[in-house]
Amino acid sequence: MTAALVAQDVTREYALDGVTVPALRGVTFTVDAGDYVAIIGPSGSGKSTLMHLLGGLDRPTAGSLRIGGRDVAGLDPQALAKLRNETIGFVFQSFHLLARTTAVDNVALPLVYRGMRAGERRRRAVAMLERVGLGHRLDHRPNQLSGGEQQRVAIARALVTDPQVLLADEPTGNLDTHNGQAVLGLLETLNREQGVALVVVTHDHEVADRAHRKIVMRDGVIVSSA
Amino acid sequence: MRFAEAWRVAIDALRANRLRSTLTMLGVIIGVAAVVVLVAIGTGTKQQIERQVEGLGSNLLIVLPGQVSLGSAPSVSRMDLSDVDAVSKIVGDRNRVAVTVASGETVAAGNVDTFATINGVIETTPQVFVRSLTRGTYLSRSDVDTQRRVAVLGYRVARELFGERDAVGQQITIAGVRFRVIGVFAQLGQSLGVDRDNEVHIPITTAQRLLGTNRVDGIAIKAPNREEIDDLSARILAELGRRHPGTEFSAVTQEQILGVLGDILGVLTGVLAAIAGISLLVGGVGVSNIMLVSVRERTKEIGLRKAVGARPRDIGVQFLLEAVLLTTLGGFIGMGLGIGAALVVAALSPVPAAITWWSLALAFGVSAAVGIIFGVVPAQRAGRLDPVVALRTE
Repeated sequence: MTAALVAQDVTREYALDGVTVPALRGVTFTVDAGDYVAIIGPSGSGKSTLMHLLGGLDRPTAGSLRIGGRDVAGLDPQALAKLRNETIGFVFQSFHLLARTTAVDNVALPLVYRGMRAGERRRRAVAMLERVGLGHRLDHRPNQLSGGEQQRVAIARALVTDPQVLLADEPTGNLDTHNGQAVLGLLETLNREQGVALVVVTHDHEVADRAHRKIVMRDGVIVSSA
Repeated sequence: MRFAEAWRVAIDALRANRLRSTLTMLGVIIGVAAVVVLVAIGTGTKQQIERQVEGLGSNLLIVLPGQVSLGSAPSVSRMDLSDVDAVSKIVGDRNRVAVTVASGETVAAGNVDTFATINGVIETTPQVFVRSLTRGTYLSRSDVDTQRRVAVLGYRVARELFGERDAVGQQITIAGVRFRVIGVFAQLGQSLGVDRDNEVHIPITTAQRLLGTNRVDGIAIKAPNREEIDDLSARILAELGRRHPGTEFSAVTQEQILGVLGDILGVLTGVLAAIAGISLLVGGVGVSNIMLVSVRERTKEIGLRKAVGARPRDIGVQFLLEAVLLTTLGGFIGMGLGIGAALVVAALSPVPAAITWWSLALAFGVSAAVGIIFGVVPAQRAGRLDPVVALRTE
């Protein structure tokens, strides 16, 4: 099996008021298909920057990054969008659901950008919502759902495209302990049963300890990887 | 993204901010309505003038002394009835030549009096101009030859003097001289600002004696067909020039009158439409402004859409459609209001208004174009948003 993510000496610098600030300084690691990896570090350690890079939302300043076997260096914004749509599923700390939009339409959103027909989109979105245990909440809007339910809608949206990698950025950060555990459990189940590689970015050691592997970051470099 | 999907998203976004969408559209609505109404009034006025000029008769050539141009005072005529005979010879048919000497005089019947235009004419007038009688008969050749004191009254003059009574056979005085009414004209209305119902026709010979002159103010010729007008015009002008050396004469056709008036009205309509167009432009700036606000407000949504695979183009199209939807919807409403306002103006005021398909098509096209032009910048801005920055925005 090919690796889902391969980072080779990845560097990302930002230009702030003419001063170059390095956020990542030569990061090298691999996430295999179906792997379960936690990226942990304090704020400012570069873990958010790394997650944006791994998700194809941004491109490295130097070094090589392969997502789903494709080098992102040569990709324009159109091609990057296609790569995100096909290869990556995002789960954010603050859910990022569209308000005024039902759960099923939120889940179907990535399929809209594939040009899929409405009937097929709905069929897949419903199946995915049932998979995350929200088959009875299809036509509820985000403000009618609890935080845990909202995050499960977001997970269904991330997985509806059948991606290779699920990137979860502090997925339990806005949830209480009970809901946080449930969401994490759901992510792990999907990782196990669907074979999707799970990358959880967190500053919470309890969360990170559950992963198969833990990548610890500080000041833009990996300080330990095990 | 499928196009139908993009429409649905755009409609949803507009409905989510109903009041704002309505207020934004208002600028476009007012602009389009103003263009439609003003063009309708311009076109209606032009059509009315064309009808009036054509209502005089067809293939008319009017010969006047002096240099005729719009706004210049009429010259004193040196033409007399012998010139009319000479023109008749050129035309070859006396029935195609009409003549007039005109003067404003007081017309009275009993103790009622009114002020009217007295036209001294010959019996051919109804063959040259479109004029019909409701009562009695027109002047005859013998009335002209024998200077009879008979008169044909315009519709308004007859009503002023006799009300509902039959004017034919009644006695009137014109400038104190007694005349017998032999006919009454049918109602004609205004023509180029002249009330044609306020005329009294009497034999030109009688009129010349009444006015103490032997001049003729103008000669009108009805050409047998359009093609002969230019040739006739040249021959008549040459003959009059020969008979009155050193005096200028002009010959005007209906087409020339229409041309001059049409040009003036065209410019006027254009200026009015341009002023209305400015308000449409201002409406467009409003759309642009609101779209920029909308992009800023929905930055997070844009970031999320991009994260799940929206290309810059998908986002751009979505916002562009929103802008176009705003302006075309506003355009439709504006057209409806404009048509309504034009109909009200036409019904309740003397100002004519004519809705033309091209003005509606233009207004709609312009409002759609305004949406595209003023939507492009916000749409591009939305499309180019960096997803990382957009997602981080709270």
